[in-house]
Amino acid sequence: MKITQGAFSFLPELTDAQIAAQVEYALGQGWAVSIEVTDDPHPRNCYWEMWGMPMFGLKDAAGVMTELKAARATRPQSYIRLNAFDSTRGWETIRLSFIVNRPDVEPGFHLDRVEEQGRVQRYAIRRKSA
Amino acid sequence: MTVQEKTPIDPKKRYSAGVLKYAQMGYWDGDYVPKDTDILALFRITPQEGVDPIEAAAAVAGESSTATWTVVWTDLLTACDSYRAKAYKVEPVPGQPGQYFCWVAYDIILFEEGSIVNLAASIIGNVFSFKPLKAARLEDMRFPPAYIKAFKGPPTGIVVERERLEKYGRPLLGATIKPKLGLSGKNYGRVVYEGLTGGLDFTKDDENINSQPFMHWRDRFLYCMEGVMKATADTGEVKGHYLNITAGTMEEMYRRADFAKQLGSVVIMVDLVIGWTAIQSIAEWCRANDMILHMHRAGHGTYTRQKNHGISFRVITKWLRLAGVDHLHTGTAVGKLEGDPMTVQGYYNVCRETKNEVDLPRGIFFEQDWCDIRKVMPVASGGIHAGQMHQLLHLFGDDVVMQFGGGTIGHPMGIQAGAVANRVAMETMVLARNEGRDIMAEGPEILRNAAKWCKPLEAALATWGAVTFDYASTDTSDFVPTASVS
Repeated sequence: MKITQGAFSFLPELTDAQIAAQVEYALGQGWAVSIEVTDDPHPRNCYWEMWGMPMFGLKDAAGVMTELKAARATRPQSYIRLNAFDSTRGWETIRLSFIVNRPDVEPGFHLDRVEEQGRVQRYAIRRKSA
Repeated sequence: MTVQEKTPIDPKKRYSAGVLKYAQMGYWDGDYVPKDTDILALFRITPQEGVDPIEAAAAVAGESSTATWTVVWTDLLTACDSYRAKAYKVEPVPGQPGQYFCWVAYDIILFEEGSIVNLAASIIGNVFSFKPLKAARLEDMRFPPAYIKAFKGPPTGIVVERERLEKYGRPLLGATIKPKLGLSGKNYGRVVYEGLTGGLDFTKDDENINSQPFMHWRDRFLYCMEGVMKATADTGEVKGHYLNITAGTMEEMYRRADFAKQLGSVVIMVDLVIGWTAIQSIAEWCRANDMILHMHRAGHGTYTRQKNHGISFRVITKWLRLAGVDHLHTGTAVGKLEGDPMTVQGYYNVCRETKNEVDLPRGIFFEQDWCDIRKVMPVASGGIHAGQMHQLLHLFGDDVVMQFGGGTIGHPMGIQAGAVANRVAMETMVLARNEGRDIMAEGPEILRNAAKWCKPLEAALATWGAVTFDYASTDTSDFVPTASVS
C-alpha cells in the first residue's frame, strides 16, 4: 500500500533533479525548507521528527539536497518529507509538502471498529506491523 | 438639475409638509468625501424614463437609510443629517445606455455590529422594489475595519483547514455524489468510498440532499463516514465528506451537526438558502466544535446573474466571509455554470486576499482591508474535467477545492479511476508549474505525457478532452473609466 500524503504521491517517485527543482521553486517564493522523518505515517501524526531546523536563508537547493542525502543514508527505511514554510503574515504555515523517501514495504493501516448503540461505529486507524 | 437643487435646501423649506425630491432632502451630496468609518456601496441603477439619474441615486440612498416618500418633522428629533446615506457620485455605465453606477456612503451608526441580516435589511431592504427605478443592482461594498472586526469570520479558514488535513501545496480535490437524488444510503456511501480511496480529498452531498424518503439523513451520515474512514485507512490521508445538515429548523440542523461530529466528520455543509441568521448561527457552532463549514451557494443565480438587477456575487462573497464560512462555491469560469473568468477571479480574491486593491476589470470597485479575518477556501465546481487542469490551476492557483463530479463518477473505467485521473492531472500540473513551465502553453502536452503512464488519465482525456462550455457570460464588469455625470 502506497501512502498518498504530500503533494506528489500520485506521480512516479521524483528524481533528485525534480526534487531540487521544487526546492528552488520554494526558495524563490521566500519559503524556508525543512526535512522531517518518521516511521509512523499515521494520518493524524502531524509531528514527524525534525531533521535539524528549517533551513532559513538558503540561496539554492544544494544545501537541502545535501541534508536530504544524509537523512536518506541514516534512515533509508523511513518516510522522509520536505516542507516549505511561508512566514508571510496571514499564512505562517507550510505552503508545500511532499514525500521524498519511503520504506521498501509500506504496511499501511487497519481500520478498527467498536460497535456502539444506534448503529454508530467508533473507528480507530491502526498501523499494520511491517 | 442645477447645483442649488442638488444641495440640501434652506431648513425652513426642507421641513414644510409635502413631498420633496430625495436629492433635496439631503440624500445627494456631490462634494461628500466618504469617511474612513463609512460603509460604502456601489449600485448599478436603471432609472425609469424621465427620472434624473442623480435624483434616482438620491432615492437609493434615501430608501436604504432614513427616508420615506414624504417629509416627516420627526427627523428633527434626531441628528438627522448623520443618519442620511449620501449618494456622492453618479457615472453612466459604459456601453449600457440608461444604466448608471451610483456610489452611496452610510454612516457606521446605521448598522448593528456582527449582523449580516441587519446589513442586508438596510442595504437591500426595499430599494430594489422602488418604482422610479426599472432595475437596481448592488455591485460592490466597502466595509471599515471597525465593522469587519465586529465579525468573527470563517470558523476554520484556509490555513487551519490545511493544517488539520495535512495537505499543502496543491489544490484539494472533490466530487459531488451523483445521481444527486435516489441513491439509498448504502449505495451512496459506496460512491463516497470509491472516490476518496481513488484519490479525492473530499466528496460532497448536493444541495438538495437532505432527508428524503429514499435516504434518511442518519443513514447517509453513517454510510458516508464508513466510506470516509475506510478510505482514510486505505490511503493514510485525512479524508472528508461534506455532510449536508441543511434542514427545516435550526434545532434540526444542530441535531444533524452534532451527529456528524459524533461520527468524526471533519466537515459539514449548508446551503445558502438557509438564510443569513442561520449561517451565522451554524458558523458559531462550527467554531465551538472545530468543524470546517462548507457553503453551497444554492439559489444565488436568482439574484446574481443578471447584471441590471439583483446583487453581485462579489457582495455575497464579502457578506459570507464576514458571516463565517470556510468553503464557498465561487465558480469555475471554464465549466458549465455562469462566470466570466476575470469576474470569477474577483470573487476568489475577495475570499483569499488579506487586502483587496481596486481592480476594475475583476469587478473590485473598492479597496478592502480584511483586518486579518481568516481566508475562505473557494470551490470550483460544475462541469469541469481533467483536461482543463492547466486552465484551472492558472486561473485559481493552489488554494481552491476543484470538484469534478461527473468528471470523476462518469469515468469509463469507474469511480476510482476517475479520481486517479484527476489527482494525477492535478499533481503533474502543479509539479510542472513549480518547475517554471508555461502551463497555459504546454498544459495539453503535459497532460498527454502523463496519460502515457496513467491509463485512467488517458481515458479521461479521450472521453472529455474536447468538452468546453463556450457561451457568452451575462455578468461581466462593464467598467471603463469615463467622465462623471454633472
